[in-house]
Amino acid sequence: MHKLLTDNPGQKVLLLGNEAIARGAIEAGVAFASTYPGTPSSEISLNFFQIARESDLYFEYSTNEKVALEVAAAAANSGVRTMCVMKHVGLNVAADALMTLAYVGVKGGLVVLTADDPLMFSSQNEQDNRFYAKLSGLPMVEPSSVEEAKNLVPYAFDLSEKLQEPVLFRTTTRINHSTGTVTLGPIRERITRGDFKNDPLNLVPVPAVARKLHVRLLKNYDTARGLAEKSEYNFTTGKGPWGIICNGVSYNYVADAIQDLQIEDQVRVLRIGFSHPLPAALIKDFLQGSEKVLMVEEGEPYMEEAVKALAQEEGLTLPIKGKGEGLFSRLYEYNPAQVRQTIARYFGLAYTPATLPDLTDVPQVPQRPPTLCAGCSHRATFYEVRRAAEGMETIFPTDIGCYTLGLLPPLSAADFLICMGSSVGTSGGFSKVTNKKVIAFIGDSTFFHSGIPGLINGVFNNHEFTLVILDNGTTAMTGHQPHPGVDMQQLNLDGYGQVSIEAIVRAIGVPHITVVKPYKVQKSIAAIKEALQFKGVSVIISQETCTLYAKGLKLPQRKAFHVSAKCKDHRECIDTLACPAFYTWEDRVKIDPNLCTGCAVCAQICPENAILPVKSKKSVPA
Amino acid sequence: METKRLIIVAVGGQGNLLASSVLGEAALLAGVPIRMSEIHGMAQRGGVVESALVFGEAHSTIISDGEADVLVGFEPAETLRALNKCNAHTVVITNLAPLMPFTVNIGQGVYPDLDHLQKLIRKKTAKLIAFNAAALAQEAGNVLAVNMVLLGALIQTGVLPLTVDHVKEAMQRKTKKDFLDSNLKAFELGFAAAGQAV
Repeated sequence: MHKLLTDNPGQKVLLLGNEAIARGAIEAGVAFASTYPGTPSSEISLNFFQIARESDLYFEYSTNEKVALEVAAAAANSGVRTMCVMKHVGLNVAADALMTLAYVGVKGGLVVLTADDPLMFSSQNEQDNRFYAKLSGLPMVEPSSVEEAKNLVPYAFDLSEKLQEPVLFRTTTRINHSTGTVTLGPIRERITRGDFKNDPLNLVPVPAVARKLHVRLLKNYDTARGLAEKSEYNFTTGKGPWGIICNGVSYNYVADAIQDLQIEDQVRVLRIGFSHPLPAALIKDFLQGSEKVLMVEEGEPYMEEAVKALAQEEGLTLPIKGKGEGLFSRLYEYNPAQVRQTIARYFGLAYTPATLPDLTDVPQVPQRPPTLCAGCSHRATFYEVRRAAEGMETIFPTDIGCYTLGLLPPLSAADFLICMGSSVGTSGGFSKVTNKKVIAFIGDSTFFHSGIPGLINGVFNNHEFTLVILDNGTTAMTGHQPHPGVDMQQLNLDGYGQVSIEAIVRAIGVPHITVVKPYKVQKSIAAIKEALQFKGVSVIISQETCTLYAKGLKLPQRKAFHVSAKCKDHRECIDTLACPAFYTWEDRVKIDPNLCTGCAVCAQICPENAILPVKSKKSVPA
Repeated sequence: METKRLIIVAVGGQGNLLASSVLGEAALLAGVPIRMSEIHGMAQRGGVVESALVFGEAHSTIISDGEADVLVGFEPAETLRALNKCNAHTVVITNLAPLMPFTVNIGQGVYPDLDHLQKLIRKKTAKLIAFNAAALAQEAGNVLAVNMVLLGALIQTGVLPLTVDHVKEAMQRKTKKDFLDSNLKAFELGFAAAGQAV
């Protein structure tokens, strides 16, 4: 049985934040869940995916976040408890659905999880999604710890059903990827079948209906504010003349700092866990009892601005500060020492920070950036495209996935990126205003997610670019989740369709389509060269299973290669491919047989044909 | 209970997350409050994986620069890179078997000299325990058990409020049955190696 289905209330278990959130949903009786994978939220859905295989929970990987939210909106409007999970930028994709779903509302609880990523551990920006609550008018809750995250999910479901509208559940990476002790609660029965009652005058927001629905949304907002005022997740601790208002993980750093600085009797803390609508009366009351207040919130001054406005309403002139010179930044994540030091500075406390080691005599440690795996087919495709494009002035718009790592030399196959699907759309723009050859890269999952409209646009508006679809048969970067092009039989799963990328590209009317097998180097280069010459939109589909995924599926493995005595040290292999299976030993290139996957790409580019398969792994020359 | 802060650094694939999970389970068994955080996601692509483990009553799940009580490095250059987490009272344990970053392999950096590296760490911290954990893992019959060797060394230092029995019990619960014997052996070898280190 899946560990998150354990029906043993009171048991203490150690869970990853994302597991705790999935468990919270199970305890809340979630019966329907949808997602598009995105770090740091991915493990929530992974657990739902596994649980759905052994229970009546319905779960799907949708093609993108907007579709995921639409699917979820229908389930929730049929009375079924539903969760929709995405990373922060995913909510941008789903925002169109969200903004009007806020008007239309739900019947069964709908919790929309958005995982923000301060410091951008695995994201292209660090936008603060609390503003989506403000923008949509929907309630938002934010946990401070793994334990609280688990408990807050059922609370959010209840809240959603009380208000008959979706509730936003915001986490940050340090909730998703922290581990803590969680006490299991009882599991509410899953109700998997619902019913949809036709009610177009409330559910079809033509202008006359929408005008009425907006009134209801604002009324709900007032009701929600009343609930936030009394919520157990907005609480005050401590005593004394000073005040700190904080949310999320910042609360932990504040709590530790107060203890470390021994100011338990001098400072009160207002922790906001139900952060939209903000509990105005509670905050005003807190301000009334404070001499000066410090705002501790990662990201934007979302609460700070609101709290200052509330102070103004009350005619209060106490100092309220958060972001600013010498205090907190809008950049990146916070840490305990930074919060401790800032609290000390703001309230004028003596404080000696930990003595950091003097690192001036420490040599620079060579970087270890994430890189494409040994044998990754993307490396082969990048190499071939660069070879085929020799002599051309190029722009390489790229997209979101492992292949973004092609950015680094020597592959250097990434020039422009903004968001999922942007490789295709931006290609059209570059092709219209520059004289350079535009060659775009997009992965298979990202193509399904949001690459298709851009390609249709390119064909219709007669853009001129080559789109390389890197089809490795899975959503690799986020942990090998399925997408519509995946053969689900390989995962022993029945009841799925399968959508062919090539058929889509043909149906769009792309005039020049080439399918290559990137491990066949010369053939691929020749085919790519021809595609690059085409005037108009050309598409190259480069098909080879992700090496990590293949290993996971236990597909037959190829023999490793080694550098034989024929090597004349041209270094074409290591200098142009930079596969991590290469290393140098006594100034000669070697191949680590434990890393080599036998893709044979280096063997095909070696001018001396010196790279040969090993007879067996044991007989590899040292 | 005094708060103890542990940083583990490793290269993706070295089993850092499993080691953290064993320590977390051991803390649960010992009734020691535990919070951990980790940065993963790109780990399988050869990047650095860092775990922070906070034992005791603290709320925070991350550890600021200069505030680690113990640093365990599964790879010597990564141990050196994480030195900013240490202070003059920190105990450092490091594997001495290097995993070359591919940047070095393609000539974009120089791997630090291992003797110099140890001297530097020794000079800036309270204690350094350094040995070839990869060799001990091999001796234990499982080249992938570097993580368990280093867990043994970590527990030997006595810095964490965990006993050998707690950790062994946690290993039973968290590691694969087929590897349990070699993992336990690896743990013992690491424990002994740390005892011999000066």
